[in-house]
Amino acid sequence: MQPAPTRRAGPLKASGIATAHVLLFTPVVVVFVLVVVSSVLTVVWVGVLLLLAVLPLSRLVADLHRTMAATVLGEPVPSPYLPVPPGPLRGLRARALDPATWRDLLWMMWAMSGGFVLSLLVVVKMLGVITLPLWWYAAVPLMRARSLIDRAILSPGRTEQLERRVHDLTASRAVVVDHSAAELRRIERDLHDGPQARLAAVSLSLGLADDLFETDPDAARRLINEARGTSSTALGELRDVVRGIHPPVLADRGLTGAVSALALDMAVPVELALDVPGRLPAPVESAVYFAVAECLANTAKHAGAGQSWVTLRYDGAVLRAEVGDDGRGGADPRSGSGLPGVAARLAAFDGILSVSSPTGGPTVVSWEVPCASSSPKTTRS
Amino acid sequence: MRIVLAEDHALLRAGLTQLLEAKGFEVVAAVDNLTELERALDDPSADAAVVDVRMPPTFTDEGLRAAIAVRARRPGFPVLVLSQYVEQLYARELLASGEGAVGYLLKDRVSDVAEFVDALHRVAGGGTVLDPSVVAAVLDRRKDTPVDRLTEREREVLALMAEGRANAGIAQSLVVTEKAVAKHINSIFAKLDLPADTDDHRRVRAVLEWLRF
Repeated sequence: MQPAPTRRAGPLKASGIATAHVLLFTPVVVVFVLVVVSSVLTVVWVGVLLLLAVLPLSRLVADLHRTMAATVLGEPVPSPYLPVPPGPLRGLRARALDPATWRDLLWMMWAMSGGFVLSLLVVVKMLGVITLPLWWYAAVPLMRARSLIDRAILSPGRTEQLERRVHDLTASRAVVVDHSAAELRRIERDLHDGPQARLAAVSLSLGLADDLFETDPDAARRLINEARGTSSTALGELRDVVRGIHPPVLADRGLTGAVSALALDMAVPVELALDVPGRLPAPVESAVYFAVAECLANTAKHAGAGQSWVTLRYDGAVLRAEVGDDGRGGADPRSGSGLPGVAARLAAFDGILSVSSPTGGPTVVSWEVPCASSSPKTTRS
Repeated sequence: MRIVLAEDHALLRAGLTQLLEAKGFEVVAAVDNLTELERALDDPSADAAVVDVRMPPTFTDEGLRAAIAVRARRPGFPVLVLSQYVEQLYARELLASGEGAVGYLLKDRVSDVAEFVDALHRVAGGGTVLDPSVVAAVLDRRKDTPVDRLTEREREVLALMAEGRANAGIAQSLVVTEKAVAKHINSIFAKLDLPADTDDHRRVRAVLEWLRF
């Protein structure tokens, strides 16, 4: 999710940034020359050493200009770099192969020529008395023009964006596939150890009872009673398995109803603020429900809390959720299988989970899931 | 007693009809969907209804909603709701639908025929019958409350009271005398600051209200 657009810069701010551009002209030139010279020197080893220092520096300069372009445009200018692996030589190789490094060089050429001229024009007009009115009106368009070109060169290209998306999707798909395979194994095991075994016992008891019907009616009756008890237990176990797959109350009442039902089952009082009109797509409802259930279960098990709360808010495009408690904190989002599993499940919907749990509390788990409402119908509370 | 039965599963519907008729009830309608259930519930000669929660057309909670709706149209109409799952949320909604004459049980409780028939009689008589698993969940949930002041035995008595049992039933199930049960109940009322009452259904309601159910 991108943050909401901030306000565009006015003439004063734009001129401030133009001044910064002019002042940064010399550093840009120095870094450019250093990069070019070190690249040439890589034929002897010293160039490699130089590049190790210079490439991070060039990224720093480029990032600084990204921030300035973002300020002028009032829109984010994301950094396009691929992750750098540890180790000096592997890091260097990754940087050298990253198309963003080459775009940075291209950008430096622009910043030393046309870009510099645009920023200089703004500064000069501001300083001349006669050109002052001209400056007032021209500063913003000129700086916008420069920033748009800066952004065009410094932002990830379409191919890079798509590559990154494919990379993210491949990773989250692998996690989801692992997760659902593990879930299926768990369900299979639960069914095998529980209801299946019990139903076999029921049929055995009934068979024996059938056998004893004439000769020992009392024993037969006892066996039938036993079978009834066992079938009741098997039903109970089946209910637990089904709740773990898709809770009936979620199917009946949607997210708000199901979360209210969860809150009722909690020993710790839960304050609810649920604002989700209509129904969300079933897979999203299910992922969010199990996320809330996991967080509340953690609260009950570990937090020692006196109060907890659940907030769900849907604005037509993004569902924002928060589960918190006033317990002892110190929850580690990477430990156990609970929260990582939740994060993996949410990642399949481009959901982002964050955990704040300082020692001493409070613990707050929050996440955002972009999704479209599947029906305009409002659920009853 | 004339019963309306709603259950979409043919096997269970036949089984329940057979069971009810064997126990002297008259099944005036055995339906498998919401539309027919609503029509059957409008029949003024029906005395009570046994309703499954999940039914066509949407297979969600239309049985429950129909039960609540009929109790709005016919206040105090006895309804026993059966379900594969019990939810505290649904139990609350049923209890809020009017004074007593309501029951909410897991379907497999039917296997204890005597118990089931007794529950239906109690609901038809204006009592409140909740599944033991709902009662257990409520008792588990309330921590740091006056319920902690109760002894183990008093908690057992309270749970059985919430299931809608009369003193005799409680005595039988705990294998004590009725006098002992009455003593426990007085002690519970005292500890929970509830005035003693002889009426079964008000007794349950008082307990549940106190539990902030």
